[in-house]
Order: sequence, then C-alpha cells, then structure tokens
Amino acid sequence: MTEQDVRRRGGGKRRRRRGRGEQAMVPDAEFTSYYGRPVVKASPWQADIPAYLFLGGLAGGSSLLAAGADLAGLPRQRRSARLVASGAIAGSLYALIHDLGRPARFHHMLRVAKVTSPMSVGTWILSAYGPFNALATAGELIGLMPESVRRSRIGRTLGVAGRPGGMVAALIAPAVASYTAVLLTDTATPTWHAAKRELPFVFVGSAAAATGGMGLVAGPLGESGPARNLAVGGAVLELGASRIMQHSMGITAEPLHQGTAGNLHTAATTLTTAGAVGAVAGQRSRIASVLSGLALTAGSACTRFAIFHAGQASAHDPRYTVVPQRERREARGASTS
Amino acid sequence: MSSLGRSFFSPGSGGTGTGPFDPARDAGYTDPPPRKGFFTDTSVCIGCKACEVACKEWNAVPEDGIALTGMSYDNTGGLGGSTWRHVAFIEQELPAPGQGGGRPDTVDLGMPTATLPGADPEHREHADFRWLMESDVCKHCTHAACLDVCPTGALFRTEFGTVVVQDDICNGCGYCVPACPYGVIDRRDGPAGDPAVGLAQKCTLCYDRLSDGMEPACAKACPTQSIQFGDLDELRERAQGRLDMLVESGETTAQLYGHDPGNGVGGTGAFFLLLDEPEVYGLPPDPVVTTKDLPGMWRQAALAAAALLGGAAAAFIGAGGGRR
Ligand code: SF4
Ligand code: SF4
Ligand code: SF4
Repeated sequence: MTEQDVRRRGGGKRRRRRGRGEQAMVPDAEFTSYYGRPVVKASPWQADIPAYLFLGGLAGGSSLLAAGADLAGLPRQRRSARLVASGAIAGSLYALIHDLGRPARFHHMLRVAKVTSPMSVGTWILSAYGPFNALATAGELIGLMPESVRRSRIGRTLGVAGRPGGMVAALIAPAVASYTAVLLTDTATPTWHAAKRELPFVFVGSAAAATGGMGLVAGPLGESGPARNLAVGGAVLELGASRIMQHSMGITAEPLHQGTAGNLHTAATTLTTAGAVGAVAGQRSRIASVLSGLALTAGSACTRFAIFHAGQASAHDPRYTVVPQRERREARGASTS
Repeated sequence: MSSLGRSFFSPGSGGTGTGPFDPARDAGYTDPPPRKGFFTDTSVCIGCKACEVACKEWNAVPEDGIALTGMSYDNTGGLGGSTWRHVAFIEQELPAPGQGGGRPDTVDLGMPTATLPGADPEHREHADFRWLMESDVCKHCTHAACLDVCPTGALFRTEFGTVVVQDDICNGCGYCVPACPYGVIDRRDGPAGDPAVGLAQKCTLCYDRLSDGMEPACAKACPTQSIQFGDLDELRERAQGRLDMLVESGETTAQLYGHDPGNGVGGTGAFFLLLDEPEVYGLPPDPVVTTKDLPGMWRQAALAAAALLGGAAAAFIGAGGGRR
C-alpha cells in the first residue's frame, strides 16, 4: 500500500466529496500520504488510561448513588456505594500516575491551573473530590468499628462528617465522570476529536450504567430500586448517545467497527443491552440482578476501551486525518493551509 | 510566564482567523524581540540530511534505532522524541523538471555527480521519476495545541515566539503528543540511561543558540539554504517572492504551507514552500489547533454532568423513596 499511496496520484485525485450527513463506510480511493505513515501521533498511553476513564466514571457515579442512598435512608446501599467510590478513585489515581513517563513528577500537575488543559482541570477536580470522598468513606468505616472507637472523639467527628463529606463529593462527582470525555476529544486524534459533541453523554451514560451495575452487585436486593433505575437509564443514554455519535463522525467512526476496537465495541453494546434487559426482567432475583450488574459494569469498561483503541487506530492511519481535512478545505474553497 | 498556555483563549487573540498577532507579547513578554522562525524552501533541498545530523549533534539527541524502513532512502521515517529534524524523501513517477512536461531545467548545484538523469547521450530516454525532499520540523504554531494542553506548564512560549519543553518540569503525561495537529512532539522512549527518557521532546528552535544571538544549528548546517532562519515577517515576504518566481517559471504546483496567519493554527513559525500537496509530504492538509473547539467541549461536558446529576436524582424519585 505504501508505494501505491505515493504513486496513486495525478490528475483526478480527491475529486469525490460526500454530501453532509451521509455516512461514509466505503473507503475513499483517492487519497495521498507519505508512504502510508501516520500524520498525527497516536497518544503514548497504555491500558492505564481507559482503565482510568472507566474507574473515574464509576467513582463519580457511586458517590451520587451513595449520597442518594444516604438521603433516602438506604444504609446498606450507601455503604457499598461509598466503598466502591473509594476503591474506584484510588484505582483511577493509581492508573493515571502509573501511566506517566515520569511518575515521580506527578506533583508538577499542581504547579498550574489551566482551563485549556483538560488534564489540568481534571487534576484539580480530582483534588477537590478526593478528600470529601475520603471523608464519606471514613464515616462509613467508623460505623463498622467497635463501640469504643466510635465513641472516641475522632470516631464521633468522622461519624458526623461522613454525611456532609458525601454530599459535597456527590456534587463534584458529575464533573469527575464527564471531564474525561473532554480529555480525549481535545486532541488531534481523528476519532476522538470527531466525537466531541456526544462523547460526554456516552461517558456519563456509561458511568451511570456501571454504577447502577455495581449497586446491583454489592447492594442488597431490598435496597436496589434506585441502583436499578440508574443502571437502566445509564445504559439507554449510553447506547443512544453512541448511535448519534457514530452518525455524526463520518469516516472517523470506522475504526470503532474494526479490529480490537470493533470487538470491544460489539462486546460493550451486547453486554450493556443484556445487562439492562436483565436488570429489569430479573428484578426479583438476586442472582439475575448480580449477573446483570456485572454485565453492565463490564459493558461500561468495554465502552472506554473501545473508544480508546478506536482513537489510537485512527491516529495510525493517515486516511482519517487527511481525507476529512481535505474535504473541509475543499468545501471552504480555499487553499491556504 | 504568568499566562502559561493561554495562547488560544487569551483576551485579544480573538481566536484563529483574525489575522496576525504576536504570541510572545500575548504570553506576557512586554518587549519581545521580533518573532523568529524558519522558511524551508523544499525546492532547493538536496536531501543531504545535514540538518538532521547537526540538530542531533548540537542538542545531544540520541540515535533512534539504526533500522531500514524499507520504503525509501528515508530511514528516519518521521519526527519523534529523538528526531527533531526529519528530511522526507518522496519518490514520484513524474518527470523531473527538464525531463518533459514543460518544466524548466534544474539548476546544477555542482554536487559530485556522474551525470544528470537523462543527460547521458547514450541513454537519452527520460526517466519518469522525480524526488521531492522536505526538511520537516516543529511548526512553532501561533496557537500551539501542545502548549495549551500541557498540564504542568512544561511547555512554554519563549520571547522569540517559539515553543519549548522544560525537561525538569515535564512529567511525561504525553498529553501534548496526540494534541499536536502536525504529529511533531513525542515522548522519548530510549535509549536507557538517556536523561530525557519518558519526557516529551521536540525542536526547541535552538533556544540556547538564539539567546546567544546565533542561528539554529540545522539552518547553519544547511548547504543549500533550503532552511532559512530569521524574522518571521521578513521570511514571509522572501517566501512569497520565491513562490512567484517558481510559479512564473512553470512550477505550477508550488505552494506555501503554514505561512498564513489566517489558517487553523494562526500561522506557523516554521513554514514551507512545497512542490506538491501537503499530504504527499506527510503534512496535514488543513490542520486546526485542537483547543479551538474546547469551549464547546466544556459546554457539552457540563450538560452531560447535569444530565448525570439529574438522572441520579430521578433514579431515586422513580424508586419511590428507595425501597424495591
Ligand atoms: S507543531 Fe505541534 S509540537 Fe510544534 S508548536 Fe505546533 S502543536 Fe506544538
Ligand atoms: S508530556 Fe510533558 S510537555 Fe507534554 S503535556 Fe505532559 S507535561 Fe506537558
Ligand atoms: S532549530 Fe535546533 S532544535 Fe530545532 S531542528 Fe534545528 S537544530 Fe534541531
């Protein structure tokens, strides 16, 4: 393919243009590149980053579930959701730091605050969220301690601080779950950037589905109503937003249906759909609820990995950079670059 | 340095497409020198790769693998953490100038050659073949996406209007890598023991040399003046003159690339005279600074966050107070 790319040029190249909104799944034959080499660079990120996106969503969603359960008087759902939130946020922070080329310099993230950098904004969102989430978890854990500990001054303080801590965490939580979409879309990676309108909705839907799913797994059946609603609502939002997104992306949606990303995408759609159906149909069965919850959580993770891999693939193939830009340039009728 | 990375959103910049503006002044320098840059005239590049070598020597950039790409004589392949200058070799099955197609004769540069292609009377047939060469480098964009997205402030704007990474601040997060619309910057991945492994690396436009009033190593080493360094305003004028000359003499596909302050990145500090379309050289045909759409992206994220908050509340209301 490489030499042909160079050769396959001359008079009639890049004549074809597609009408707006028409989905293009047929490869555009006319396109030139430098020996098929990528134009933009794929991110150097590894599996840590999609894991971080997934865990961030789960943490944010779980804080919301915990706060709701706190207000609604569902203590066991509250406890499990708070613990899930803490575990997830700890895991996501670990993944983020682990992926750095120089992990020891993580603290340099706190040198500046830049609205132009979603990673900077995210760091500050997490810095605000983390302590309140920890307070809520501490309040929860103290409740499990022996009487003497609970009665101590620290124990009493933490016991009282748990609720407000959890509430503040829940107010920051939606930002934790949604900013990660901007982290991806604010790049020159074709598939990510083209998803800029809908990806935040896919991500919060996916976060709600995973949260509800974990709520069904870890919470008791008797308190599972809200978690079930959240799971199903999230799944519907995720699947719907994802469909709209794929239609609006043009040819950059292709990598989402090919190779590793394609398999993950299929798995995500299947698991999320099955999980949502199971959560509704099996609401009287503990086993059905747990299985549905696991499917929803796994589906959410697959969604993040699918989007991640699709973006990486789109950066490796110059077609996804050159063709849309060429079309944009021609539509404008200008030749400046 | 108070306004690290505010190149796009800063008041007064007016976004892209509003004409010239001074990135150094925008970054907070009160009395900066004239903006510096490169005009790379690929029509005179002979592909000697002296610039690649000079850059490595001056900046102590390690070798990046001695492997053959198998695609052409270009064995470096592209810009990266350990290749800050890269000379692309494009082999085209098109007649070279002077070999038909109504193109003018090439200028014999006096290099040690046997004969010019087709000059040998024994082999008068014209080869339908030409080489294009282009020495690529960081574009030092007016609106630099790499600088915008860097969460540590490791990337900064110099008084010369160029973009530089500070090795001692970069945490290697790699965010600048997918942000650059030209695929320039990358994290250095080896060799083991190199102090910059794990850090983002790219052309500094020889910041150290500029500060001392010298020209960059690559421009200094270029034997054909394909790489011209200087004040950006003057380079743009010179480039226009050279383009007019080439077009007049029949090189109709020649074009300037990156020079226009109205383009998607507000004009580049390093711009090029190309003999074919940008993508032939591996350059993006219509790059746009990724952060241009960021306000809209934040708005979508805020809407999504509100949807999640509302959805969570509804999940409890829908459950009738919780149970079941
Ligand atoms: S070309 Fe890329 S690395 Fe260079 S300044 Fe522009 S955005 Fe940054
Ligand atoms: S890798 Fe370094 S220079 Fe690039 S965005 Fe991260 S901290 Fe900034
Ligand atoms: S300006 Fe300096 S750092 Fe940049 S390519 Fe030339 S020699 Fe290398």
